[in-house]
Amino acid sequence: MTEIKTNKKNNVHLIAVHGEIDAESSIHLDNALKEAIENEEKQIAVNLSELSYISSAGLGVFISHLDEFEIENIHLVLFGINESVKEVFAILGLEKLLKITETEEEAIQSFYEQ
Amino acid sequence: MNNKIIIECRKDQLVKIRQFTSDTLEDKKVPDLQAHKLVLAVDEVCANLIIHANDCNPESKIEFDIAFRPRQIIFTFRDKGVGFDINEYQSPSLEEIVSKRRQGGLGLILVKRIMDKIEFSTEKNCNICRLIKLIPK
Repeated sequence: MTEIKTNKKNNVHLIAVHGEIDAESSIHLDNALKEAIENEEKQIAVNLSELSYISSAGLGVFISHLDEFEIENIHLVLFGINESVKEVFAILGLEKLLKITETEEEAIQSFYEQ
Repeated sequence: MNNKIIIECRKDQLVKIRQFTSDTLEDKKVPDLQAHKLVLAVDEVCANLIIHANDCNPESKIEFDIAFRPRQIIFTFRDKGVGFDINEYQSPSLEEIVSKRRQGGLGLILVKRIMDKIEFSTEKNCNICRLIKLIPK
């Protein structure tokens, strides 16, 4: 079961992902990011604290948008990743490609530092 | 405990195979962090078989079992779809995946990094893919 909620805080577009993201449900995450891009959001923070599992399909969603984010000057930060999911990011070395923070406060703060 | 499951080639069956794998590993007291990675590798291969080898055809079936040996865990998939040997697949680099805006390509990198050995064979129209994880002493 996957649930994705969005809201806005201090000009930051927040996306909260609950549950599991796999080859079937990754479309919901992709749609949430596409919607943010269409709405010309420039600061996107994704709350993964309630994400219990992510497969390559979900990771691929983030990776597939990175090039566009750079061109469009969109900043993406992921935060609150649990240990098991963090390990998956580490296997692929994704922490080198994606901005990751522990908390929402750090994520929002990181936009001001850019 | 029966360590075998048969699923239809539909993406909504992935949650079923993950739960089965997770329950089986928990029953054998495999540590959580290790189990999470093994479940992921199983999910990736299964997604590949459902989507690419069997074109999401629910009439097609995948038989999956987990065997525990003294120093290894063996995950075996059997299906009759288009045969695909993961060992022969040249994984794209992360840079290539980013620049080509690809959503695919990461799954089999994960499988190769998580598992110690991958075997592929075909017997009487049936593809057999074995993922082997060695258990350190």
